[in-house]
Amino acid sequence: MIIQTKSDILLSEITPKAVFDDRRTFLQQAGIGLIAGATGLLTSPSFATSGNLPASYKPGNSPIKLPRFSKSKYGAGEKLTPYDDITTYNNYYEFGTGKDEPAIHSKLFKPVPWTVSIEGEVKKSKTISIEDILKLAPLEERIYRMRCVEGWSMVIPWVGFPLAQLIKWAEPNANAKYVEFISLADSQRMPGVNLPILDWPYTEGLRMDEAMNPLTIMAVGLYGEALPNQNGAPMRLVVPWKYGFKGAKAIVKIRFTEKMPITTWMKAGPSEYGFYANVNPQVEHPRWTQSSEKRIGAGLFAGRIKTQMFNGYTEQVGQMYAGMDLRKNF
Amino acid sequence: MPAWIYEKTFKAQMLVFLSKAPSKEWLSRFRLFLFLLCLIPLARLFWLGFNDDLSANPVEFVERSTGYWSLFMLLVTLSLSPIRLLTGRTWQLQYRRMLGLFMFFYASLHITTYLWLDYSFIWVDIVKDIIKHPYVLVGASAFLLTLPLAITSNNFMIRLLRERWKLLHNLVYLIAILGVVHFLWLVKKDIREPLLYAAILALLLGIRIYYKILSNKPKR
Repeated sequence: MIIQTKSDILLSEITPKAVFDDRRTFLQQAGIGLIAGATGLLTSPSFATSGNLPASYKPGNSPIKLPRFSKSKYGAGEKLTPYDDITTYNNYYEFGTGKDEPAIHSKLFKPVPWTVSIEGEVKKSKTISIEDILKLAPLEERIYRMRCVEGWSMVIPWVGFPLAQLIKWAEPNANAKYVEFISLADSQRMPGVNLPILDWPYTEGLRMDEAMNPLTIMAVGLYGEALPNQNGAPMRLVVPWKYGFKGAKAIVKIRFTEKMPITTWMKAGPSEYGFYANVNPQVEHPRWTQSSEKRIGAGLFAGRIKTQMFNGYTEQVGQMYAGMDLRKNF
Repeated sequence: MPAWIYEKTFKAQMLVFLSKAPSKEWLSRFRLFLFLLCLIPLARLFWLGFNDDLSANPVEFVERSTGYWSLFMLLVTLSLSPIRLLTGRTWQLQYRRMLGLFMFFYASLHITTYLWLDYSFIWVDIVKDIIKHPYVLVGASAFLLTLPLAITSNNFMIRLLRERWKLLHNLVYLIAILGVVHFLWLVKKDIREPLLYAAILALLLGIRIYYKILSNKPKR
């Protein structure tokens, strides 16, 4: 019987799956599997559960330690988008507006030390370090579809915890109807912040019930590793039934409000980006087709796939919008 | 580099390039050089494609690249007349047709990528995309307008149409404006690059307009 301790595990100590699989084969062949079991590695829920890592896999560049995590039921049957695609093709305007720029310009970014301040409609304003956040709730892997408003999508194995756990700790008061997430805007460390392309800092928001929904997570890891800088290290929001831009990255402030917050993209293009931004193939966008999407990693000749209502999460989230005109509340 | 090599090759070529009337032989060699130069963007795409190096979103990459080079070729084509107006040099004008057809070539690849790789020839979706999204509509219109220009880009058509040919080919200015607007409207927020092309186009058209006004001035 192996006793799982809650102690942190260094990223460098985690064995990538490819190596790990080889090890198991080797050990079985050598007939010493019993001894190997006692090392704890084989029965650790961490790497034994994550998806197939590509050959070009490299450890995350974030220095944050990631505790052990468990698998969850989400994403069964989905083909994971390769690690390289997830980490070299995304929007993170703080590090540049090109899709490849975040990976390039965030290389030297150090998300330590990191604290998140909790303010607004709460019992008491307070701050919490990323290390303490990681102790709030057990981590789990969530394989989610990610649909960008630009018409492309991925399947991403996040590691994180339900946002509800953090909200519980934050102790919002009865006036709190919305949650606002504010990202870091450090012009010294984030070159994109020097351009007035968006109204910095990047802010996003959720209605309280959306924030408390079990699907909504704070992600701190990707492919079993700590979240890479370009994907929002050390902690970013993931709301899988909404367009990707709702997922604020490198969050430094969480504010509870009574009124609906005006988010960065709502300010940038009120006719294009609404507060809800639910994935909805029936609501057209002035620029991009929303009824179908390109799956990243599928190749040059794969064509498009149909976009699903609420990105395929209607069962879990549909009831929150019952009776609402989703064309108006886009 | 030994001085004589510099004298014989680079300097000599540059002098020819800058001279008002290069030799016939040099001009035809330069045509071949330009032709091969214009094929490099296509060769690059094939090279990157074979090496699986077209980024995480290869369709978007090819779409953007062919669109970009189409606009680039168009702006180069439109710069030949301003060079004449500014320097009095005319030999560059003989490459106008070739460069214009390269614009059409890359625009065709751009459209093919859109219809085939992006939308798999699903016409219902394509029509919807064109109607609902202004930047697509503008781009599609620009491409349709290039068709008559490409079809009439031969000596036979020039002789046949005479004065009307010139009139028809004035469409190129409209196409250029639509092309830049297409780029400007497709960009989400960071419009620095399309603005650069808009500025270059404005400059090229501005030079023409300036000389037009100058030549129309009533003589005293």
